[in-house]
Amino acid sequence: MSALADLAKGLARGKIKVVDLTETLAPEFPSISLPPEMGQAWPFRIEEVSRYDERGPAWYWNNFSCGEHTGTHFDAPIHWVSGKDLPNNAVDSIAPERFIGPAFVVDCSKQARKDPDFLLTRPFLVKWEKTHGRISPRSWVLMRTDWSKKSDDPVAYQNYDETGQHTPGPDTDAVRFLVEERDILGFGTESIGTDAGQAYHLRPPYPCHYYMHGAGRYGLQCLKNLDQLPPTGAVVVAAPLKIKNGSGSPLRVLALVESK
Amino acid sequence: MLERPKRKNPVLRTRLPTLPPAARSRVALGLTAAAALGRFELQQCRDCGTVQYPPREACQKCLSVRLDWKPQPQTGDLLSDTVLHHSNDLFFRERLPWRLGLVKLDCGPTVVAHLHERVAQAAGKVTVAAKLDRAGQAVMVALPPKEIDMAEDRQLREFTCDPKFRKVLVTDGKTATGQALVKALADAGADLIWVGHAEPWKKFAGFDELKAIKRVTLLPLDVTDSKNVRELAAEVGGKVDILVNNAEHHRAYGISNRSGVDAARAEMDVNYFGLLRLAQEFGPAMRGRGADGLASATAWVNVLSIYALANFPSHGTFSASKAAAHSLSQCLRAELRPAGVRVINIFPGPLDDEWNQLLPPPKVAPAALANAVLKALREGVEDVYPGDVAQEWLARWRDNPKALEKELST
Repeated sequence: MSALADLAKGLARGKIKVVDLTETLAPEFPSISLPPEMGQAWPFRIEEVSRYDERGPAWYWNNFSCGEHTGTHFDAPIHWVSGKDLPNNAVDSIAPERFIGPAFVVDCSKQARKDPDFLLTRPFLVKWEKTHGRISPRSWVLMRTDWSKKSDDPVAYQNYDETGQHTPGPDTDAVRFLVEERDILGFGTESIGTDAGQAYHLRPPYPCHYYMHGAGRYGLQCLKNLDQLPPTGAVVVAAPLKIKNGSGSPLRVLALVESK
Repeated sequence: MLERPKRKNPVLRTRLPTLPPAARSRVALGLTAAAALGRFELQQCRDCGTVQYPPREACQKCLSVRLDWKPQPQTGDLLSDTVLHHSNDLFFRERLPWRLGLVKLDCGPTVVAHLHERVAQAAGKVTVAAKLDRAGQAVMVALPPKEIDMAEDRQLREFTCDPKFRKVLVTDGKTATGQALVKALADAGADLIWVGHAEPWKKFAGFDELKAIKRVTLLPLDVTDSKNVRELAAEVGGKVDILVNNAEHHRAYGISNRSGVDAARAEMDVNYFGLLRLAQEFGPAMRGRGADGLASATAWVNVLSIYALANFPSHGTFSASKAAAHSLSQCLRAELRPAGVRVINIFPGPLDDEWNQLLPPPKVAPAALANAVLKALREGVEDVYPGDVAQEWLARWRDNPKALEKELST
């Protein structure tokens, strides 16, 4: 098949670059916080099994633990109550071709720099399409905010104050537009949720989770290096771990980008 | 008054810890058991009333074997005093000269006691107490009749773990209890206080006040993260003289009113495995510094709970995690003993915090807990039960643990 041969050739010759959109899994990476009386996702933790020592003289390996929603991770429709009864709604039952799709990268970095509570709106997307073309069906829409550049500083990355978290995300209309009028595969962000930090106060609360998963679409969060992607033309590969009936999983997100 | 010790010359060898004689007969451990709680008890004959010392199997007067450990008045007369200039015992050899005396207790027996420097030459009135020495065994000390600070005395400082001039790590500064502890330690003259706070992205109430205390350094510390604990121990572990582990996870659940094991696991991860991680990473350096001069490694404090003794079913999984931590603390005590580092366990009744919101008072206020910890460090006790609830439970538990279990289960 010539397309795959071309792909392999492009990769070998450096015509196609692979951009890693993934944060490193490490214990100090911030984890999602819920009110303390609720159930909590485990943060990433790692313990040595052995390191060429009395526990295993010639080998080094670790045990790690984390929640399904830790680090750079994938949200399946079953994660939200609105998607609970859909067919093929868990990470193990989603058709694998749906993990790969073209990426449309919407640059909101200027707006997010000025306003950590920036909400991506439908008019913003419509205007973006005028410049970059229509968002095609079965594609990943990635909201570039450069928020990931704060990920070395957990305080800035989480950005809490007395009213909770302040991070950018989409508003309700933008999400409905992408799902209902553009038929996208899923939505990705650089912050710790696909929804904005203050999205609890939107209607419905957490609209990206509600509508995206309610329509059988996916979420990607804690992405990085979105500034290395062109607005259109990249292909994203985002295959979660095959956890039985899993609601999501940490994963390695790769983007294939053609050099000019 | 003790003078501030000189800064340590970091290229000199650190002296290895030695211990005073530690062997005791089983009956003699009765004195230690009381001293561990800060009590002064001697055997008293149930038949003729004679107070006994040293501890023995049968009454020295009537040979009755019915000897009970009973609180005794602590007053006496110093009959004679002497200064030891030679000893074949390694511990005392390194600490000579050493002052001792014979005290005739008002309750009867005459005892050999370590003397506070302010105790005037014989004869005169003194107060006698049984204190744990660095081997963790009770010894008699004689103090001036007026209340006086043991830690200000070169000899008796060996029996205390006073924070003055010492460097302390408090593992959780995010709670009101943690903040009260830090404040009390700073007021007590601690040289330096490292204060851990987990999830550093969440600013907590009291953060700015903590930061404003001179000698306080805030450090990210999450006792559920082995890497974090290991790295912090590598950074500061060689200087920690007193470690106060107050990191705690507490949810008010039994077995049936919370599905799943997540809350219970989080309690175990902080309360039990957190202690284990800290002990594995900070223990070795503290063991190596048990005799490091006036500001040696000296104490490890665990804030446990009175629920460690008997399960309080409405906080059942928390109780279990504290019981596990209590058991592990006994292991830690055994392992730190050779270095003369004392493990002090605090068993408070319910703390006045958000997780005990629905429990009626009396609850232990943060400052009261901090005072109890300070008192334990200064007075050299091992087990402390702050608060009315803890005191009452302790009495009931000592009297009949099965009865307490039945009482708590109704």
